[in-house]
Amino acid sequence: MMTTIMPEAILMAAEKMSAGGKHPLTAMFGRDETANGVGYVIYCFFEIPENKTVDGFKVVFNSNGSLEYDSITHIIPAAAWYEREIKDMFGLVPKGHPDLRPLVLHETFPEDFFPLRKNVKVNAKVRGERQFKVRTAKGEGLFEVPVGPIHAGIIEPGHFRFSQAGEAMLQLDAKLFYTHRGIEKTVEGKTPYEALPIVERICGACSVSNTWSFCQAVEKAVSVKVTRRAEIIRTLLMELERITNHVGDIGNIPAGVGFNPAISLGGRLKEKLMRLNESVAGNRFLRGMIIPGGVSMDITPELCELIHQVMDEVADGVEDMSTMFHEQENFQNRIQTTGIVRSQTAIDLAMVGVGARASGYSHDSRCDFSYGVYDELDFKPYTKTMGDVAARLLVRIGELSASFEMVDKLIELLNDCGEQELSVAMEYIEGSGWGISESARGSNFQYVALDGDGRIDRLFVRSASYANWPALPIAVQGDIIPDFPLINKSFELCYACIDR
Amino acid sequence: MFKVLERIFKDKLATEKISLAGSDRYRGPIEGSADGDVLKACAAVCPVKAFAVSGEDYTIDYKKCIFCGRCVEACANKVINESGLQHKHEDALPVLLESGQEVLQDVLKEKLGRSLHVRHLDAGSCNACDFEMGAMSNPVYDLHRYGVHFVASPRHADMLMVTGVVTRNLEQALKMSYEALPEPKLVMACGACAAGGETYGDTYAVVGAADKVVPVDLYVPGCPPRPTAMIMGLLAAADMLKEKMK
Repeated sequence: MMTTIMPEAILMAAEKMSAGGKHPLTAMFGRDETANGVGYVIYCFFEIPENKTVDGFKVVFNSNGSLEYDSITHIIPAAAWYEREIKDMFGLVPKGHPDLRPLVLHETFPEDFFPLRKNVKVNAKVRGERQFKVRTAKGEGLFEVPVGPIHAGIIEPGHFRFSQAGEAMLQLDAKLFYTHRGIEKTVEGKTPYEALPIVERICGACSVSNTWSFCQAVEKAVSVKVTRRAEIIRTLLMELERITNHVGDIGNIPAGVGFNPAISLGGRLKEKLMRLNESVAGNRFLRGMIIPGGVSMDITPELCELIHQVMDEVADGVEDMSTMFHEQENFQNRIQTTGIVRSQTAIDLAMVGVGARASGYSHDSRCDFSYGVYDELDFKPYTKTMGDVAARLLVRIGELSASFEMVDKLIELLNDCGEQELSVAMEYIEGSGWGISESARGSNFQYVALDGDGRIDRLFVRSASYANWPALPIAVQGDIIPDFPLINKSFELCYACIDR
Repeated sequence: MFKVLERIFKDKLATEKISLAGSDRYRGPIEGSADGDVLKACAAVCPVKAFAVSGEDYTIDYKKCIFCGRCVEACANKVINESGLQHKHEDALPVLLESGQEVLQDVLKEKLGRSLHVRHLDAGSCNACDFEMGAMSNPVYDLHRYGVHFVASPRHADMLMVTGVVTRNLEQALKMSYEALPEPKLVMACGACAAGGETYGDTYAVVGAADKVVPVDLYVPGCPPRPTAMIMGLLAAADMLKEKMK
């Protein structure tokens, strides 16, 4: 049971829970519990690595009391976005927050519209006007470069405003959440099984991770344990998704500097993996495999053989790419000392995944938590300390070799697994739970609460990109603007995942 | 440097002929038949209302279909020892606005003598369509061989290729990009979100399918369409553009 506190006590509780930064903030989100006579609630979850779990507290706002509370952003900088989002979605105001501009809802929504309150209809089509002022630096000789939301390449939408001192980026303000689709609202009232196609489509690149976290949360809520065979298959799918993404990323980072042979080789390798994914799952994004209660299809011995074969080819290609990077001095010149995130910054922002590990912050849910069959895989987080583009590239290459080994081991475990049952029957009852999985970008956290009919009352999705986006504007400071695409690609953050 | 040269010599040509065939598990369009009651059960589980039944017949709106396979699953649960509904293991073909026009495999053969410049616009997608669009430029699909190019600005483009369900936050960007396109212009709604708009249901943050905001000339089904299906759509678009230029 989570501790319940009053809004006045939030600062003290947060300080105690975070234990001087030892316990990073996992997520902070609102929920409307007025129907149960409780009021609006803010949930704060912190990671407790020593216990391999998350823990936290609930802040309850009485229905007729004040909707303000003391912002915790100045003691826990990672809270900055969460508090803004809660203000947009529920109208709970963090006093003393340094930046109270809207985050999720852009100019066409009215000021007093709080979509995740239960009295707002899912398809409410209200229009209004709200202000969003882009932040710029002012001074003699400074100028602005506006970019997006529609970019020159095939990428997702976001608006970037660079304040330039000559070629150097002095400040970057990013306006995101353009692809906000209202996913957390639209799944309310659906059973987890009905919501699954939507959860799979939060983000294309992180389909497995999002679905796995969601299913873990649902299974925890109704106290169901999935079979060992399902756990092995889920872990295998996750590693396939990681390999696909990492290979895509190391083939895409060279695109930031026009290093064409590497881009082409990366493209070929990724295509092999996408086709493998199609053979395994019936589509190229591994959708439809993970379901609440287990998995929908087996990975047959023939498929295992195919996986082995493709892994060998891809591993060979990745090794060659690594050599290419190493031999190309002008490429090294561009990626070293570019886009640095210092270790302390990574810790302060509670960064996750590749972004954290490249800055010497060893954070990997596969080790920090116990899920799937990662406990049996004997692996350590792969870290680098420089925090630059080169470090993020090397972390991916290092993790790829670890993942290739894991895939071998997982296929062995699958062959040795006598149990054939793929899934267990699910009965949806009232309850709540959280799930966590390590996507290619970092830890992916979800919280699910089911109502008395076993339908979703609240789903909260915090993907890895959500935790890492705020680091990008810090990483670019002082670098030249032509390096921005390179730095951006080195993080490879999803927009769809954070926008929801 | 040596490794770069070694790979270039070793790898040779990767570019393949376009084939719409998929793997054994690939979930493409639906075929087969079943009793009216079974079909009703199939329609009931469709998350995007793409499955319509009248008597013993059914139709599927491939603009909306996300190829999740739930109808086939529901059918399999009801029909035992009979074939029932199945997926074809190939891509669904593009849907053109002028009904009656059929896209044939032949368009793949006539590939010379035209060009098409395309501006991509993510109007609220989950990025799966966008990744597949990026894949069209890899050496395996090599889109440039068909005279199709992605350009940096709508002002340079013949066609807007829209992915994703149009969100409130991007509605204006879509309208403005469309207006910036010079005549003659085309719009392609690529993938179930842009073409059908039902993927996430109707929410406060969603406007709907692309044709709710701008006129759409052709629809490419799929969730996401594979690069092959997108190329089919682009080639059909190049033909349509040729007609418009006359």
